[in-house]
Amino acid sequence: MSFDYDQYLRLDKFPTIFCPGCGDGIILKATLRAIDHIGLDKDQVMMVSGIGCSSRTSGYVDVNTLHTTHGRALTFATGIKMARPDLHVIVITGDGDGTAIGGNHLIHAARRNIDITVLLFNNWIYGMTGGQVSPATPTGDRASTAPFGSIEPNFDIVQLAKGAGASFVARETVARPVPLERVIEKAIRKKGFSLVEIMTPCPTMYGRRNKAGDGVQMIEYLKDHSVSESRYTQLDDEEKDDAIVTGTFVDEERPEYTDEYRKLVERVRAH
Amino acid sequence: MMTRNAAVKVMSGNEAVAAGALAAGVRFFAGYPITPSSEIAEELSVMLPRSGGVFIQMEDEIAAMGAVIGASLAGSKSLTATSGPGFSLKQENIGFACMAEVPVVIVNVMRGGPSTGSPTMPAQGDVMQARWGTHGDHPIVVLAPNSVRESFDLTVRSFNLSETLRTPVILLLDEIIGHVNEKLTVPDSVEVVDRKRPDVPPAEYKPYRHTEDKVPPMATYGRDGYRFHVTGLAHDESGFPTNNPEEIEKLALRLHAKLERYRDEVVDIERVACDDAEIGIFAYGATSRSAYQTVREARAVGIKVGLLRPRTLWPFPDREVRAFAEQVRTIIVPELNLGQMAHEVEWAAAGACPIDPLMRIDGQPISPRQILERVERAAKGDHL
Repeated sequence: MSFDYDQYLRLDKFPTIFCPGCGDGIILKATLRAIDHIGLDKDQVMMVSGIGCSSRTSGYVDVNTLHTTHGRALTFATGIKMARPDLHVIVITGDGDGTAIGGNHLIHAARRNIDITVLLFNNWIYGMTGGQVSPATPTGDRASTAPFGSIEPNFDIVQLAKGAGASFVARETVARPVPLERVIEKAIRKKGFSLVEIMTPCPTMYGRRNKAGDGVQMIEYLKDHSVSESRYTQLDDEEKDDAIVTGTFVDEERPEYTDEYRKLVERVRAH
Repeated sequence: MMTRNAAVKVMSGNEAVAAGALAAGVRFFAGYPITPSSEIAEELSVMLPRSGGVFIQMEDEIAAMGAVIGASLAGSKSLTATSGPGFSLKQENIGFACMAEVPVVIVNVMRGGPSTGSPTMPAQGDVMQARWGTHGDHPIVVLAPNSVRESFDLTVRSFNLSETLRTPVILLLDEIIGHVNEKLTVPDSVEVVDRKRPDVPPAEYKPYRHTEDKVPPMATYGRDGYRFHVTGLAHDESGFPTNNPEEIEKLALRLHAKLERYRDEVVDIERVACDDAEIGIFAYGATSRSAYQTVREARAVGIKVGLLRPRTLWPFPDREVRAFAEQVRTIIVPELNLGQMAHEVEWAAAGACPIDPLMRIDGQPISPRQILERVERAAKGDHL
């Protein structure tokens, strides 16, 4: 029997703003299947997003949804999670929203290890505003504000989250929807700060400018260049440059922030 | 006979803000260290955990503003406190709270500016930023206490107005009021107002319904099955983004109509010796304390001077100022900036009498004597 996505969608808000060939719909579907598989009550799911194409996802999902300011989704989400630790808080963000303007909030939310799941849609570009260079644009690639190719090194978002203290960090691509669904499920189940970097094509704003082809060709690229961590070590240097390492890189049990705060309140009130 | 009352305390304006917030039912504080407001955060870092509420020091001022909006949407009365540079950083998210109609209270203990300015010195340079700091057309409520007592009372009032009107409220202290120590009798309880809840089942709920009183009922995330969408984009009654020009205009006009409807309840003025006044003073915050003394000294030598002192800066008491301007020969406006409110007074007076700005921006307070000199000059009739 096919999965009933409609029960989780605000169908009256369709069609989505996503372009033909965009991968964001694949992430949305994987997220809904993960939510369903865990059996979360829609009333208990809080989806918070920032600004950008990825962040428009929240408007289509029939849960509690909050579409915030650019880069700040994690700050609103932190307020909600502290006020209501019983809610399952999922933050939807992109590479620009999450690691440029929102980079400070990302590292501090990870450092606190607050129980929030971040799904970071990485399409290597600012799609909504017309294809400007982002901190995740691969060096040398072109963007509307890097017409001669980007000279900046790009962020390794997995290493960033890991270094900042996240208790669950993974990377997956939309070319592998089944592993994607599973890793999102693991991230939501994780008690602590979890981040999944999800590689997703933007044929309109990135693909055209970088001769990467249409949506299908870009998804094929993601599929062909995805490697596991163990496979990655066997690649030669040239192959390593183009490889997208997928898998779970951090999965640890660490003190979670709302738990620690609750304990502090109990300790203070006992005196 | 001396009586002892356990509730009588000596505290600073900043501490009174914390006490007032607790009395008003604050359950969430997010902030970032900044002089001269930090005592508010320090006080609440003790008191909120003790009362089972949430205190969190965020990574920056922007994050603190985002966190209080999130917490309010999740059902907690929320407060943040800052000063000039931090107030600048918060502006985008203050605009979000205006647009999404989220009740929150923002305290700004004013210091000298622009930029890092004079962190430990008094100023009143943020009165226009409080009104217009975030982009776009939006109404805002701004209150300004002039004592420790009022820091407590107006904090309570800020929460109540934010809940009644479903809007952010800004409480503007200046460094003097934030740090002055005075006696405060803390009341056993205060009148507390809570936001209007939905009166329809979830399926019929519209988070931005155009109600007669202009204030849409507000549901809480994750409670009673109300799943709704909130965005800073222009939205229709359902809360979802719209590009429909009619809906965009309807929303913007309702936000203004809301404040207009409650204008007379929000505007709050103290009048000192105004009945027979021939010379007027318009002053707020710490500067009005000097003006009290000026009025006493001038009256002692027979000069008929009166003080109009707004506790609510925005919405501006334009009609009240106009009536005052028609009564007196001139209005002296002492303030710790280069005439920000004097311009507004002049606009409201609309030529009914001349306006005499008394400006000071060297980080020092305006003394009663300075104001008295202007009063005496006006009394001699050579003020212009």
